[in-house]
Amino acid sequence: MCGIVGLYLKKKKLHNKLGFYLSGMLDNMSSRGPDSAGFAIYNNKESKKYYKYSLCLNNTLSSDFEQVVNQKFKDITIKNISDHIVVQTTTTPKKFISYIHKNFRLISLVGYGKSIEIFKQVGNPSEIVKKFKLENFSGSHAIGHTRMATESAITVNGSHPYSTGEDECLVHNGSLSNHNNLRRQLIKKGKTFDSLNDTEVAAGYISQKLSENKSMKKTLTESLTDLDGFYTFIAGTNKGFAVLRDEIACKPAVIAENNDYVAVASEFQAMAHLPYVNKSNIYEPKPGVVYTWGK
Amino acid sequence: MGKIENLDFKKNTLRKINNYLQNISYKNNKREFTVKNPSGHHAICAGLTENIFVKINGHVGYYCGGMNQKAHITINGNAGTGLGENMMSGLIHVKGNASQSAGATAHGGTIIIDGDASSRCGISMKGIDIIVKGSVGHMSGFMAQSGTMLICGDAGEALGDSIYETVIYLAGKPKSLGVDCVEKKINKKDIKKIEDLLKTGKIKKFKVKDFKKFGSQRKLYNFNIDNVSDY
Repeated sequence: MCGIVGLYLKKKKLHNKLGFYLSGMLDNMSSRGPDSAGFAIYNNKESKKYYKYSLCLNNTLSSDFEQVVNQKFKDITIKNISDHIVVQTTTTPKKFISYIHKNFRLISLVGYGKSIEIFKQVGNPSEIVKKFKLENFSGSHAIGHTRMATESAITVNGSHPYSTGEDECLVHNGSLSNHNNLRRQLIKKGKTFDSLNDTEVAAGYISQKLSENKSMKKTLTESLTDLDGFYTFIAGTNKGFAVLRDEIACKPAVIAENNDYVAVASEFQAMAHLPYVNKSNIYEPKPGVVYTWGK
Repeated sequence: MGKIENLDFKKNTLRKINNYLQNISYKNNKREFTVKNPSGHHAICAGLTENIFVKINGHVGYYCGGMNQKAHITINGNAGTGLGENMMSGLIHVKGNASQSAGATAHGGTIIIDGDASSRCGISMKGIDIIVKGSVGHMSGFMAQSGTMLICGDAGEALGDSIYETVIYLAGKPKSLGVDCVEKKINKKDIKKIEDLLKTGKIKKFKVKDFKKFGSQRKLYNFNIDNVSDY
């Protein structure tokens, strides 16, 4: 089943409420995905000089990691939240990521970019939201996922959102049937994958197209022919996010839009707590049509 | 429970509210109820069996009014997937839009949707009347067996695919017709039925002559080797 949610805030004064609103959305989607949850927060406030790397420590001790990394890299700040750490540094992804892969094999890189932070964990979504203190996060937009596993194991690597490029991420409700073939094709083009999950392949597919300078709208429109299966996607970038349902549209989605925000969710109950939602323009995204919001 | 103000999802659980509405005695003089703050909960007013009038103020989730018998349910909002699924009699009136599979497998009664209905509206319906004042999505009337659909707007792809004896009256245009669904000639019986449905739905913008009739060509009823690609 799985539950997906997205929230794009149109007004700056609401940015400090992003985490609070999103935590309610994820909490309400626990019924659709009780085994893991994750979310991506976009905050463009910080200086463009820095990259942020979201890492899941798994069984590595954060003190061990911090000691080594602090010595190795200059101008570094580390934020600890539950079993995740966010490293902020000027070091470029190429250098930093290969260093992590080489020296800390147990640590998973869940996302990186100049504005994105990603957190994901195995367990009940309502508890995960509390562990990561999601309520305290602020930002311009966010995407979240509650998972009912079908395609791969219940692990952090099997959880959404998947980030396969700088400031990019994807959540997915559904399942893809041609992901193995597509994965092979993308690996040939130089993409790497951390799991056997179908959504990671779709995320890689989108990243690949975006890196070829295609727009998100064009990328997702092309995905209608290249991806075989059932899906409702929410794909995020630092500018905003996009929604797409496959043409058969078995997987639900509902959108509520008003002057303050755009909310997307698998079911209306995920957004019932949002302010003035009953007075918003509420509609279902049409099958095979790409919807985008953002700058 | 018992007091009308307690049919509020902020104060009570779904199970308690449904349990209350499902057990109204036929001797009870109080027949009108208002449900507040539905907040997209699923299965609200499912399995009602008495001739009562329920108003729901807000948006509802999946399977609202499912298996309904006799009750008149008005939703002042949108409805999620499977509105009035398998309902037997009574009436459901949605003032907003309905999501997919509205009136699925329903045997009787009436559903009125003031807005649009999403895909697969009236899938496998077995006798219900569905009135949609807006448009319907793709695969509407799929394998529909009996009853009537009246659609004032357009229809999505594959309208009435593999349809049996349900009759569809459409004022707009279908994006495409499904397998074995064809346009038919309107007869006197149809005119009477459309008039009745327009009256039930309180529709004044449309007249009988605005509607075209669609139904089964009955070519798929018996196996024919020439149709093998259509199965």
